[in-house]
Amino acid sequence: MKALSQKRRHPLAAIALLLMGLLVTGGLYAVATTMNQAKASTTNFTEQDTEEGGKLFAANCATCHGMGAGGTQDGPSLVGVGAASVDFQVGTGRMPMQMNGPQAQEKPVQFNEEQTRQLAAYVASLGPGPSIPEAGLLDEKGNAAEGGELFRVNCAMCHNAAAAGGALTRGKYAPPLAGVSGQHIYEAMATGPQNMPVFNDANISPEGKRDIITYLKQIENNGSPGGADLGALGPVAEGLFVWIAGLGVIIAFTIWLTSRTS
Amino acid sequence: MGNHSDGSPNHSGTVATAGQNEVEKFQDPGLPPHRLRLADTDPRAAKRAERQVALLFGLSVVGTFIFLVAYFVIDLGEGSGATIADIRLQNALLGLGTAFAMLGIGTGIVHWAKALMPDHEVSEERHAVRYEEDRQAAVRIVDDIVEETGIKRRPLIRNTLLGAVALAPLPAIAIFGDLGPRPDKALAHTMWAPEDGKLKRLTRDPDGTPIKASDVTIGSAFHVIPEGLNELHEGKLNEKAKAVVLLMRLDPESLNPSPGREDWGYNGIVAYSKICTHVGCPVALYEQQTHHLLCPCHQSTFDLTKECKVIFGPASRPLPQLPIAVDDEGYLVATSDFNEPVGPSYWERDEHERSINS
Amino acid sequence: MSAASTAEAPAYVAKTKAGRITDFVDERVGGSGILREFGRKVFPDHWSFMFGEVALYSFVILLLSGTFLTFFFDPSMAETHYDGSFTGLQNVEMSVAYSSSLDISFDVRGGLFMRQVHHWAALLFVASIAVHMLRVFFTGAFRKPRELNWVVGGVLLILAMAAGFTGYSLPDDLLSGNGLRIIDGVIKSIPVIGTYISFFLFGGEFPGTVIIGRLYMLHILLVPALILLMIVLHLFMVVVHKHTQYPGPGRNDGNVVGYPLGPVYAAKAGGFFFIVFGVIALMAAFFTINPIWNYGPYDPSPVSAGTQPDWYIGFVDGALRLMPGVIGDFHFEYVIFGYVLTLNVLLPALVPAGILFTVMFMYPWIERWITKDNREHHVLDRPRNAPTRTAIGMAGFTWYCVMWAAAGSDLIATHFNVSLNDVTYWLRALFFIGPVLAFIVTKRVALALQRKDREIALHGRETGRIVRLPHGEFIEVHAPLDEYKRYKLVGFESPAPLPAVPNEHGIVTRKEKRRAALSKLFFEDRVAPATPAELEAAHGHHGPHEAVEAADEQRSLTH
Repeated sequence: MKALSQKRRHPLAAIALLLMGLLVTGGLYAVATTMNQAKASTTNFTEQDTEEGGKLFAANCATCHGMGAGGTQDGPSLVGVGAASVDFQVGTGRMPMQMNGPQAQEKPVQFNEEQTRQLAAYVASLGPGPSIPEAGLLDEKGNAAEGGELFRVNCAMCHNAAAAGGALTRGKYAPPLAGVSGQHIYEAMATGPQNMPVFNDANISPEGKRDIITYLKQIENNGSPGGADLGALGPVAEGLFVWIAGLGVIIAFTIWLTSRTS
Repeated sequence: MGNHSDGSPNHSGTVATAGQNEVEKFQDPGLPPHRLRLADTDPRAAKRAERQVALLFGLSVVGTFIFLVAYFVIDLGEGSGATIADIRLQNALLGLGTAFAMLGIGTGIVHWAKALMPDHEVSEERHAVRYEEDRQAAVRIVDDIVEETGIKRRPLIRNTLLGAVALAPLPAIAIFGDLGPRPDKALAHTMWAPEDGKLKRLTRDPDGTPIKASDVTIGSAFHVIPEGLNELHEGKLNEKAKAVVLLMRLDPESLNPSPGREDWGYNGIVAYSKICTHVGCPVALYEQQTHHLLCPCHQSTFDLTKECKVIFGPASRPLPQLPIAVDDEGYLVATSDFNEPVGPSYWERDEHERSINS
Repeated sequence: MSAASTAEAPAYVAKTKAGRITDFVDERVGGSGILREFGRKVFPDHWSFMFGEVALYSFVILLLSGTFLTFFFDPSMAETHYDGSFTGLQNVEMSVAYSSSLDISFDVRGGLFMRQVHHWAALLFVASIAVHMLRVFFTGAFRKPRELNWVVGGVLLILAMAAGFTGYSLPDDLLSGNGLRIIDGVIKSIPVIGTYISFFLFGGEFPGTVIIGRLYMLHILLVPALILLMIVLHLFMVVVHKHTQYPGPGRNDGNVVGYPLGPVYAAKAGGFFFIVFGVIALMAAFFTINPIWNYGPYDPSPVSAGTQPDWYIGFVDGALRLMPGVIGDFHFEYVIFGYVLTLNVLLPALVPAGILFTVMFMYPWIERWITKDNREHHVLDRPRNAPTRTAIGMAGFTWYCVMWAAAGSDLIATHFNVSLNDVTYWLRALFFIGPVLAFIVTKRVALALQRKDREIALHGRETGRIVRLPHGEFIEVHAPLDEYKRYKLVGFESPAPLPAVPNEHGIVTRKEKRRAALSKLFFEDRVAPATPAELEAAHGHHGPHEAVEAADEQRSLTH
């Protein structure tokens, strides 16, 4: 016991601790890159779905979006936004909104898959709009390199080249895309939620969208070849790391090096 | 004087004790007595330290082996079927091996020095950086040298030498003049200028396919390059650096074109240069509800509903607008080049702008 | 005569083979003399003295890893289509430079590790120079005779930044390409010659096809050569001056106390090289740096959110972000005599960096002028014992940090859930208020620490032991210091303000008045070191129980 407590006071102990911390952090980062599979979905709504959806809508959404989804002061009209829009907004928990703010936040999903489908069916029945993508477009088997090129031209300026997210004006932001299902990414491109521009099929073809999703899922699943990615935030994160961890460990060594041995 | 409460918080600011010279100071007691280490007195502790040092050197050997194994066992390159995970593993092992190899040697040597080498602090006298005697000798030598060259007595030699030396670097400066061409009006023109009366179509970046006005729905943002850019062989990036455009459609009601610019858009479709007027980053963050354009480099914000006037950040000039229309086949075309130089300002910019518009 | 004595002296013959080789070399280079001079040279030991070594060793590691990288890197901007083993960029159009950087990362064994070692070492190189300079500044090590070495150090900092920046751009990826474009924009804002410099640098319009090759030449030849030259100068002067030392018992301006070079210091310094290498290797093993495969090849159309330079250029980028282009109706870019003056770029790009570096280079002379102190200083100041200098340093450091933080304003906004615009407004305010606040707070803290030292020197350390006196009063027992510890607290100079003095014509010049005013600012508030008389008085006051404090002093100590 005595030996242990002496060792704990040993100058090497601090360094050992720092090194361990460094290794553990690295390990955790590697573990945190988990896979996320997109779900196949169907766009065939039954009449019953539409009917149930109408009830759900009246109970949960009409306060802001108005009866018949015609829109009010507090929420836009949903005529013509399509099933994809509902599936994205409700499926990611952004709707129903908790409160008005710079933008709707992603939060725990409020409706189950069945209810979301019914709501989508109801909104889709109000007017034509982007529908929920077919499973074939979400198979992540497109051309990742071309997807990457499209992503850099159309998406990277807001979402960051490694899809780590970025800031917009006055409290708005483009969220990180890791952990977002392929279906939701597709729907976001097709419908342009919040301040995101619309990327309709004439702008980025369905195959292009499939390539983008392939690319995103590839970088997400592969992780960084160089080790922990430090949030993929670029030189700021790297600079912070070298000042705090790099210099920190080196200072610990210099203190040990210049201290007297007992 | 000498009141010990001087310097206590009761006295603000200035502390008045007697001048330094008058008051006797504490005498330097000299180096503190040397304290022995465990290893100096206990042979067992010394033996233990010796084993620790050897262990650290041994760890270094292990590290070197880790490196070699990782280097030869994991194969990279085409045909090896290596995945990103393999590369990450190899990188980690190479680094870990190097770290062990280096840290083992480093900490081993330092531990050896700290625990086993003598740790008596030694005091050494400092010497003056310069001695007066040396200075005088040096002055005499320099005087002699100057005298022997006779440079003071022969001003003709001195003056012609100075002249020659002053002029000699001129060729060096002259050859630097050919590092690049003189800036002409290249900065004032882009690829959008119609060629032989044919208006350039707006095409998608990166594939170069033309865009129909009907493709651009409200809320859309298209990243646009001029027709024919991808076919360029030389200077493609130079042209692209000036010509890239962002195409957006919003409710025509919310656009407020100034007189003379009413027909620069088409049914609410407008095209603006993507190159920031601050220092040239692509301004491409379009917020489709607020109609703001944000530059991700320095956060200049432009308001699309006010002809891209600066509303925040370091830019000072609005983004240049590209006048567009629709051709017979329904494709969007640029009716002319930009009416001003795009991108960051430069000294001759105003002159160029005037020549474009004259 | 001397020739004769040489001939008569019995020639030394080494006994072993190694000895004979050593003797052969020694006879021809005079190694014995060098060893006699330097073999036992004394070096003071303190952890804060090691940062210069960190910088030196990082530079050695940069040379080693950089040489490896040059074997595989091709600085050509010719167009090619990627055909390596990374699927995410297969067949994408790019420059040869970018393609060869990808090959180093994915197809050269150990290439990725070397790239990461090189980049981490570069960041550490500049960071350790910065910390080393902060240490030198705050301890007053730049004073006579080391002013010129301070300047050489400043030049090294600038060269290190230049080396870093030219290297940052080489892979020709999207991030560094946009960085270059920002530099081009800043260059173009220079009045009269800006456009010419831009065209000369890029060989025509941006981006052209020559810039990577030119930066490569600067990066691997010119800048490292200059750095090496400056390092030689720097170390030569360190040898001439000998190292400074912290104040303490047995240490004064006439001696240097520490460990002899051989064996202890050489072992520690030599071992430390391997430690620095090991730490950099650990970072390169487990932490990605500059993932160029994410950024893609340079293309003037795209840009990534969070486009920033490496940390050492960050403060300039931050200043660019903070500057408003328009205030009210006033545009900082305007036309005079038909030419464009781009103050919204020119001011933030040049002025803060200009002020920082000018003050940094001039500071030894500024302080020397104010204090009229022409003595040599080899004993350092503890930062608290030079409150005004420490306050000036902290003000400058704070100013730098505000600009530095501004370079990450978008990341501050997203990670702390605040508005990007608000972050900018706050940092704009801090740009002006921050240094002033830092100056005041630092100076007060330094003075307070001096007072604490003084109290401890005179009354000993608080032991935390509460004793009740016979008459009912409670007091805390103070343990007296031994003379060595006390000397550390009292062995410093506390200069008083120097009033203006007339010159030889009996006139007090305006410059002299200004100097006197600055001297007053420097030394008006000061805490004099405790003297033996004061200690005597303190003890006498308390009678024989010197460890016991009287109640009135107690209040002033613990309130």
